Amino acid sequence: MLPFILRRLWQMLPTMAGVVVLVFLLFNWVGGDPSYLLAGKMADARAIANIRAQLGLDQPWTVQLWIFVKQILSFDFGNAWSTGEPVAHIITSRLGPSLTVLVPLTVLETVFGIALALAIAFVRGSLTDRLVMVACTVGMSISILVYIIVFQYGLAYKLGLFPVQGWGENFLENLLRYAALPILIGLAVSIAPTLRLFRSFVLDEASQDYVRTARAKGLSERRIVWVHVLRNAAIPIITYVMANLPALLIGAFLLERFFGIPGIGREVILAVERSDFPVIKAVTVYVAAATMVFNLLADLMYQAVDPRVQLK
Amino acid sequence: MSAPMPLHGAGHAHAHAASPGLWALAWRRLRADRVAMAALAVVLLFLLSVLLSASGLVAADWEDEVAVNYAPPGFVGADPALAALAQPARPVPPNAFDPLAPDLDRLKAELARRGVAAQAVKAATLPFGADKWGHDILKKTIKGGQTSIVVGLVAALLAVALGTLFGALAGFHGGLVDDLFNWFYNVFTSIPSILMILTVAAVLQTRGVSSIVLILGLTGWTGPFRLIRAEYIKHKAREYVMAADAIGASSWRRMFVHIFPNVSHVALVQVSILVVGFIKAEVILSFLGFGVPVGVVSWGSMLNEAQSELILGKWWQLAAAAGAMALLVTAFSLLADALRDALDPKLK
Repeated sequence: MLPFILRRLWQMLPTMAGVVVLVFLLFNWVGGDPSYLLAGKMADARAIANIRAQLGLDQPWTVQLWIFVKQILSFDFGNAWSTGEPVAHIITSRLGPSLTVLVPLTVLETVFGIALALAIAFVRGSLTDRLVMVACTVGMSISILVYIIVFQYGLAYKLGLFPVQGWGENFLENLLRYAALPILIGLAVSIAPTLRLFRSFVLDEASQDYVRTARAKGLSERRIVWVHVLRNAAIPIITYVMANLPALLIGAFLLERFFGIPGIGREVILAVERSDFPVIKAVTVYVAAATMVFNLLADLMYQAVDPRVQLK
Repeated sequence: MSAPMPLHGAGHAHAHAASPGLWALAWRRLRADRVAMAALAVVLLFLLSVLLSASGLVAADWEDEVAVNYAPPGFVGADPALAALAQPARPVPPNAFDPLAPDLDRLKAELARRGVAAQAVKAATLPFGADKWGHDILKKTIKGGQTSIVVGLVAALLAVALGTLFGALAGFHGGLVDDLFNWFYNVFTSIPSILMILTVAAVLQTRGVSSIVLILGLTGWTGPFRLIRAEYIKHKAREYVMAADAIGASSWRRMFVHIFPNVSHVALVQVSILVVGFIKAEVILSFLGFGVPVGVVSWGSMLNEAQSELILGKWWQLAAAAGAMALLVTAFSLLADALRDALDPKLK
């Protein structure tokens, strides 16, 4: 196990190096010189030269790349340009609210997705199956914006079932009061694509020989579905859920923006609006690293689920 | 050239009545699928409206203020509070103390001389209502659809062209080239696509239709790349490619003249899948203000306006933009599914 993990971490290095170079090129070459942006409207040559020296922009590009690598390794991206808050503090303090929404959302989405997919895959081709699939296609075609606008207006503003937006200090209050409607909307948006995907995973298994054997030896349909098929369909499901987690951190930005949740996604949107490059750079690099680590975790989970999997 | 020759040629062709090709078979399968044909019809209708509005035949005058502010749809009935606005402005009685009176008289005389009649009467209702400035929502939706659909189509074509080029190079050459492109692929896929899009949007600064197309196209090539690369690996060892090699076809010729027609169905399905994703992405980007510039209407900018209108109870702009988008995206997704089934019968 340990040699496998070490080798995988070693293999991540070139990809991570690629991400660092890509982000560096985007901001230092495509993005142009940020010192004019920072110097403001009344800029003179001295102020601009001063800012360039502070940012290291007057150094050769190899030195600049090295500065960037040192920033990543030391988790110190300096201060945000717009607010002066340390970037490291921005990321650590915004992670909590994001996870308060995302962890329940992911758990509920996965559980509902699996349950519905198993229920539907075994009535394949029936009217129920086809109606659910049509409903999924239609549900997926409506923009997430429409879900948020209509649910926020209807459930929170008109009916007053939830607060329209806000965030408190207390974890339980946040989870039960403020995060409830965002989680509900996230579930409504994500259940259709998740169900469609999980159904195809289950269908791949439902026609296998072992299912027929299990039926032939007289197992109950419930046991076949929930024990035999579920364990075999688990591998692609784990891959999907794990690969999606880091993306969700950013993907929930619309929910965070509409409901005033101080999370990572909302911070990225604000940073893009204010051209706050240090924040975007830091989030991009760390989310890419998290994606790779979660892929590794998914591989490790395969073995726990399926003893046939050999980690080499 | 003697007369019998064409006859002979025709007879010859008849003797070898070619078996229907991939595309003819796919079209036959597609035509048998009633849902797919209905979806195709809807998609073609939307494309027709794009063509008509791009050429200026339809909705060119969407910016005219033809109705009162927030005129409700005809089936709802006129809003009495707004109906007063529909009347032309009452002439103001002359006021001896008005310091601007001589100037106003001069301007009125000028207008009369140029033949500009009094301001047209504004409608109290429109078939599907009006927005804040009295623009016709129907025309605005058509114009907005033009932006969103064109962005989705062009960006999808760009992404698939890039993915095909990279995938062909990587799959056909293998070895070091393949390693290089795979590394590139790993780098791009380790950054979540929405974060990639936002990062590029932050860097590019300029807002415009062409920059959204670039952002979406340059970040969306990874899916097509993976599939096309796998196809090229499969095809490069086939006999027809070796035969082409034996008669001296260059590697570019083998890649794009010999192999590409045999894998083009994969590219077509990818285009149809990406169009759906890119239309959704454009709507979100424009909603956030990172997309189309001010003055250009798209479904995303309409939803942005509709958000605040809904609180005032003016739901029609939201319904029009959301409905048009949902209809197009549903039809396009159904068509993409049907295309995949029709073009790849092995896959079930």
